[in-house]
Amino acid sequence: MVDASSLGWWGVPLAIAGGAIRVGTPLLWVSLGETVTEKAGRINLGLEGTLLMGAMTAFAVSLASGNPWLGIVAAATVGVMLGTLHGALCSLNRVNDIAMGIALMLAGSGLAFWLGKPLIQPSAPGLPAIVLGGWTDQPAVKAALSINPLFAIGLVLAFVTHWALGRTRFGLRLRVVGDSENAARAFGLAPTAYRIAATAFGGACAGVGGASLSLVYPGAWSEALSSGQGVMAVALVIFARWDPRRCIAAGLLFGGASAISPALQALGHTQGYYLFGALPYVLTLALLIGLGKPGPSDGAPGELSLNR
Amino acid sequence: MSSIPLPASAAPPPTSAAVLRAREVLQSMLPALAALALTIVLFSLAVALAGFNPLEVWGLIVRGGFGDAFALQNTLQRAAPLMLTGLAVALPAQAGRVIIGAEGALVLGGLAASALGNVLADAGAGRLTVWPAMAIAGALAGGVWIGSVGALREKREVNETIASLLMSFIAIALFNQCVETVLRDPASLNKPSTRPLPEALMLPALPGLDVHWGLAVGIVVALVAWGVMRLTPLGLALRVAGGNPRTALGVGLPVAWLTIGACAAGGACAGLAGAVEVGAVHGAANASLIAGYGYSGILIAFAARFSPLGVVPVAILVGGIAASGSLLQRRLGLPDASVTVLLGFAFVALIGCETLRGRIPPRLWSSTHG
Repeated sequence: MVDASSLGWWGVPLAIAGGAIRVGTPLLWVSLGETVTEKAGRINLGLEGTLLMGAMTAFAVSLASGNPWLGIVAAATVGVMLGTLHGALCSLNRVNDIAMGIALMLAGSGLAFWLGKPLIQPSAPGLPAIVLGGWTDQPAVKAALSINPLFAIGLVLAFVTHWALGRTRFGLRLRVVGDSENAARAFGLAPTAYRIAATAFGGACAGVGGASLSLVYPGAWSEALSSGQGVMAVALVIFARWDPRRCIAAGLLFGGASAISPALQALGHTQGYYLFGALPYVLTLALLIGLGKPGPSDGAPGELSLNR
Repeated sequence: MSSIPLPASAAPPPTSAAVLRAREVLQSMLPALAALALTIVLFSLAVALAGFNPLEVWGLIVRGGFGDAFALQNTLQRAAPLMLTGLAVALPAQAGRVIIGAEGALVLGGLAASALGNVLADAGAGRLTVWPAMAIAGALAGGVWIGSVGALREKREVNETIASLLMSFIAIALFNQCVETVLRDPASLNKPSTRPLPEALMLPALPGLDVHWGLAVGIVVALVAWGVMRLTPLGLALRVAGGNPRTALGVGLPVAWLTIGACAAGGACAGLAGAVEVGAVHGAANASLIAGYGYSGILIAFAARFSPLGVVPVAILVGGIAASGSLLQRRLGLPDASVTVLLGFAFVALIGCETLRGRIPPRLWSSTHG
């Protein structure tokens, strides 16, 4: 945790800002991937399991190879596999994507806990940070300005995804598939292929999000690593109105909310620790309540089963 | 699904009613049987890849869950809360709502029951006051919690699956906060707990068994839920509202209230499970309550196809598998998470094999039965 004591109360907003990026990174990645998945008309609640599998895989590969970047590639690969599985199974008749997501959430987290059992003790090489705070002596400021590279890549990816969805042929087709299966068929598109591809992309992003949990922050593997970030990210997509750029704001906002509790604790304020810890969930729920039912004008894909 | 269309060219052989009935039963059981086979294959593969002998593992699962009287009682002990958390998912599902936050309702139910139980015990109340009061407190806490998720869905169209899981995390945070501060027993040093119930007020074992009364509570609640669903106008209304909301509105049913009620009833079951766990097993509310019963309940309800009665045997099966985890760990050093993997695989197989429902080609039928 950031040592905020030297700055007094000023340490709190600083620690929250730094925490927003650290904690927001996995949220950004997962919600980015899920945005694309949902744009194709599918929902993947199983990303919680993918996140944990990604975290475990990245940690294991980084530990074995000594190279954290290899770990991230491995996590993305596992994510693609799980995403493809979800996408393919949901393409079968009578298979409900929400139910399959719940099933994969349980299966994925179970598998991650099983395979990750031997990984709880050791520490794997983490990702080196991009240091922007070289000019200051304040350790708290320096810590807040050490940007983790996955956040930077996520920022770029958000804009690339926005461009790809809005400006490319593939993006347009994907959105047609997500909005109206009948229209897609009329244009001669195969909805299933697009949906599987979009779900695989979502899985890859969730895998990288998991890697950021185990390799950046908190930077170790444990069974308590993810506490619903995978599902929160699905809710954040609604908040981001299916716009990849807004996923950045959503990730940072909720990352910041999650960082309040540890920041206060670092200052010695332990009162209400758990209640502050629940803040991101409360905030997510409040947003869902405030937004109500998202309609087509909010960018909601017409084929999404969430809205039926 | 009841009549299987035969190709006009192939002259259908005359079939008796018994054969038709057998076909229908087989048709309806096909997805479950296929899921079972798939689960066995997948988990055997996983176990073999991890370097264990699948036959030995399956043997230990059967022995650890159902092998002897001790194992069976352990299984039934676990099945008691699982029946209730299964109902917590099954009842809202009857009204078309997918609730996955039973874990939160369970811990809040346990907390409420423990708090009220202690207050009444201090006032010198007897068992016959304390037990019903604890049950009501637990059911009320869980019912309000999940009922509000149902209300959010009806009033604000908030997706109930996501909302219930968020509410579950909020509930666990509230629970931890209470257990560590206002309701904490100063004597609980390493593991923050509420004050334990006096020994005399703990729920005893069923006569002749080493299983507490919670099992009876679970079975009775399941029976009552089944009775209400199948035999009363309320149950019929609920099923119409869940199956076809437009029709339900058309015939003037209060769909919103029926749905909220089903969610609240489900939450009450989960809260009751928490009360039973506190009253019969732990004696106090502490982190032991957060044992994943709420999540297993999702699998149980889906496997039982949301039938309140079907929840009972499935809960016993899942309880047995969960109970075998410690034996697997002791004998083979297999991590206890392997049991979670088995249940997860079963869940995926179960949902995936739904695709086989009613899809045996008629030609296959005529060749095997004709």
